[in-house]
Amino acid sequence: MNIPEDRQYTREHEWILVDDGIATIGVTDFAQSELGDIVFIELPDVGDVMSADDTVATIEAVKTVADLFTPFPGKVVEVNERLAEDPDLVNRDPYGEGWIVRIEVDGEGEVGDLLEAAEYNSLVEEEGAD
Amino acid sequence: MNNRPREKGAPQRTPLWARHREAGGKIVPFAGWEMPIRYTSILEEHEAVRSAARLFDVSHMGDIILTGADAIPETERITTARLSGKSAGFIQYALLLNEEAGILDDILVYLLDGRVMLVVNAVNRAKDLEWIRAHADGDVDVTDSSGEISQIAVQGRASEMILSRLAGDGFVDPGYYRSTKATIAGMETIVSRTGYTGEFGYEIYAPWDGAVAIWDACLAAGAGTGLKPVGLGARDSLRLEMAYCLYGKDIDETVNPVEAKLTWTVRGKKEEWIGKEAYREVKEKGTDRLLTGFLLGKKEIPRHGFDILHEGARVGVITSGGYSPTCRAGIALGYVNTAVATASEGFEVNIRGRRAPATPVRGSFVPSSVKGDEEDSK
Repeated sequence: MNIPEDRQYTREHEWILVDDGIATIGVTDFAQSELGDIVFIELPDVGDVMSADDTVATIEAVKTVADLFTPFPGKVVEVNERLAEDPDLVNRDPYGEGWIVRIEVDGEGEVGDLLEAAEYNSLVEEEGAD
Repeated sequence: MNNRPREKGAPQRTPLWARHREAGGKIVPFAGWEMPIRYTSILEEHEAVRSAARLFDVSHMGDIILTGADAIPETERITTARLSGKSAGFIQYALLLNEEAGILDDILVYLLDGRVMLVVNAVNRAKDLEWIRAHADGDVDVTDSSGEISQIAVQGRASEMILSRLAGDGFVDPGYYRSTKATIAGMETIVSRTGYTGEFGYEIYAPWDGAVAIWDACLAAGAGTGLKPVGLGARDSLRLEMAYCLYGKDIDETVNPVEAKLTWTVRGKKEEWIGKEAYREVKEKGTDRLLTGFLLGKKEIPRHGFDILHEGARVGVITSGGYSPTCRAGIALGYVNTAVATASEGFEVNIRGRRAPATPVRGSFVPSSVKGDEEDSK
């Protein structure tokens, strides 16, 4: 299972890469593999203001649907427009071209309980990745 | 290997479990069994069945055998099948109804030499067996052969060529919804022109212990067409495109054949049968709800339990929904109030608070290809 060490993770199988106050959020390789073929992603509007744990996007796969949560409050500054045409970018390149949203982290907000790559790796192993 | 539980309460495994693991199948619990839901991608597996052929392990299905002088009349009394005047090889899709005409199961009834085989849903096997044993009368023996019979489905237009390679020159296609005996991998099997995909295809019934040899023989015979195994995920999206009911989702004991638009399974039935009185009553009075298909937009995926609206008012609920790889859109089956069931517009599905327009679809979402070219012209 591919788990890059340059970023942090959540228990909901999302990855977070913070750069200069902007957090890019996507789903992990494990998550895309569990979801299977992704056929549509409902994205937020740029400018939407989110509270911690709000649903920022909804990922529709053939068999199931999953919500993408933001672990911290902030404003949506960019969405991955390419996903409208190619939602399977999330299946093909979950850590790269399959990123989902960028959020300007609210300075007042608390960047909560994020996991380092090694911790996330243990979580995935506990959940019994094939 | 047999299908007895490995330990008390543990899911059962078909004889092909190790094959599924080796082939990279993602194994999930299903109706008390560990079954592959997919190997690579449901989309790819679905499309391969529609364009070529793929192999399914459906050995989890139950097989109940009725023998004895009264096996045929008792099957006709306990199920909606009509077997009189039919010869060995005849198959019918039928229902097992309770006295209230509620659907206990939807099954395939095989008329074989001197016996009747009922192929039942895995989830209902024990219930069906108990029901049939409690209601069978006269000279009839009811045997649960689920642990002795494996079932492998080859589905898709390339399956005719694959079967003729598998079963040799002597193999003659029995025709749609008929079965024949065939020798495959040195074993005597029953091959039927049936399936749950809407494609031309076969289902092979073989001894439980012979399943691996049959499976490997199928893969070898289909190697030229790229035959690979597919999982139950594609089986579900394929059946939904055909608007075939799934037991436990679209039909159950609270649903009668009129509501589920399955009255054709009862057509022409004359003798007494369990549920007949209640069925006649429902037929006469009509029902409050009817199963209806809906086609949604490309980015609207209806799921089980979502509300169906008509002109803004809630009129029903989705029982099966998902993404159709062929239509490239959301499709669903659901029950709607009879008063609006024939309306052609004004429907919406509530997708997490958003109202998505839905077009009612009568019949299948994708044209059926179950018959060969020559059969179509007949």
